[in-house]
Amino acid sequence: MRNLRGIYVIWLRDVKRFWQDRVRVVVGIAQPALYLFVLGNGLGGSFSLAGTPAAQGGFVRFMYPGIIGMTVLFTATFSAISIVWDREFGFLKEVLVAPVSRSAIAIGKALGGATQATLQGAIILLLAPLAGVQITLLDVLILLPVMALVAFAMTSLGIAIAARMRSMESFQVVMNFFLMPMFFLSGAMFFTDRVPAWMKPLVSIDPLTYGVDALRGIVLGLNRFPLVQSVLILAGFATLALGLAVRSFQREG
Amino acid sequence: MNAIEVHDLRKNFKEIPAVKGVSFQIPPGEIFGFLGPNGAGKTTTINILCTLLTPTAGTALVAGHDVVRERDQVRRKIGIVFQDRALDERLTAFDNMQLHAILYNVPARELPKRIDAALATVELLDRKKSLVRTFSGGMKRRLEIARGLLHTPEVLFLDEPTVGLDPQTRRAIWDYIQKLHQKRGLTIFMTTHYMEEAEVCHRIAIIDHGKIIALDTPANLKRLVGGDVVILKTSDDAQAAAEIQSRFHLPVSPNGQGLRLEVEGGEQFIPTLIRDLPTTITSISLHRPTLEDVFVKLTGRAIREEGPESMLRVGMRMWGRR
Repeated sequence: MRNLRGIYVIWLRDVKRFWQDRVRVVVGIAQPALYLFVLGNGLGGSFSLAGTPAAQGGFVRFMYPGIIGMTVLFTATFSAISIVWDREFGFLKEVLVAPVSRSAIAIGKALGGATQATLQGAIILLLAPLAGVQITLLDVLILLPVMALVAFAMTSLGIAIAARMRSMESFQVVMNFFLMPMFFLSGAMFFTDRVPAWMKPLVSIDPLTYGVDALRGIVLGLNRFPLVQSVLILAGFATLALGLAVRSFQREG
Repeated sequence: MNAIEVHDLRKNFKEIPAVKGVSFQIPPGEIFGFLGPNGAGKTTTINILCTLLTPTAGTALVAGHDVVRERDQVRRKIGIVFQDRALDERLTAFDNMQLHAILYNVPARELPKRIDAALATVELLDRKKSLVRTFSGGMKRRLEIARGLLHTPEVLFLDEPTVGLDPQTRRAIWDYIQKLHQKRGLTIFMTTHYMEEAEVCHRIAIIDHGKIIALDTPANLKRLVGGDVVILKTSDDAQAAAEIQSRFHLPVSPNGQGLRLEVEGGEQFIPTLIRDLPTTITSISLHRPTLEDVFVKLTGRAIREEGPESMLRVGMRMWGRR
């Protein structure tokens, strides 16, 4: 009971902060839009999708689910930076000294970051008409939990790393070390079944591959793996990452 | 039952001892002060008492519970104001209070009323909806004190509650603390290195190099200093010291700025001293003994001298956050 309370408070704090930053959240749509329309149109003009299932509708349309995945990935992992921030500015101590277990703090944090990232991802759904994509209400109802799962897994990973970091700088460096390869290999911007043989195993061990594939399946019907398989792999990764996050938090204080 | 009971408490960081066997008892309702220079072991002791650090040896009971074996019971019964700020500055005063209240299981029905009452005590009710980052240093401290009291703790810990604040704000903070103490009768354990502030304590433990070197009421501690303190500068301090010792049979100690001596009835002594001392006196001052004098008397140095200890403390704080 007391741990549920702890989880709730940590989550509530993240949600309140997200609400305080609502202007930034809306402006945050600019960067994904830039990727989508500038990079998407640029790349789409340079090579052809002819002969692929994605030929219809052009490259921007193909990239759109990848951009949702990217937004969720970045928002989720960087939400964990508040742990480093809190350590520097003391709020962590207030929580660490409360009658709440360390695991509750990690889980609350993961849920809080996941909520932020899901909401940020949901805002990208507003770009759908501009990308030439039609999304039904039913699609949204399936998309949201998948986005939430990706967000939860990625936030947990961020927490596992952040809890071991002492400064903002080192968190950013270490995070980018994981983040960029995960993003590039996920197939957010290209077809993963056409990559060279040496890249194939890397693509298949990247958990985000399954997230992007699931999103692309729901939005465009272009998935390589069954939705259930992707969801199970993501859930497995989320559990593992949360376990790591809880463990690194138990070493605190 | 005592509010706090500590027996032979020790804490080493790696091999370096920070607290070297500290014992004391604090009855309920007392304001108890830990006074000592930076690095003396004050924050380490307070961190052990609020369950943030595990002691290397010894026992500590807070509100009747062991700080190691009954961590959660202790946590529920204490309020803490840390030396470093522990507020979420990007949230409002109300948000910070609300999060704390839920964390400590304040019943939801009572929550708004209690938050308002706590904010009113520290005169921040009109700033309830403001973001904390718009607050001044003194306002943030007051908010932390209000928050620390929200779950009606039995013992309130204040670690250097006024450090980094201007003198006027410091006085205001102490007024609040004393008012709260009168109203609620809770036990307060505080650390400070400001001598004047330690005067509000019922009892004071003077701590140096990880050990308690004196523990008594401020009045009794001051009695350790034999009478008034006279500080004088002369054209030749060494010679003057020898002359004072032979003519007046008083112990004299150099104190950095001049010579320091303790004497009963300082007002009458000064004219005699000026008349009878062959060495020329360039300046002379007299003051009633303060806790600073007690500290000098006990340790032979002033409390605010920053030595290599402050470096040790930085190291300890980094450890404390692990």
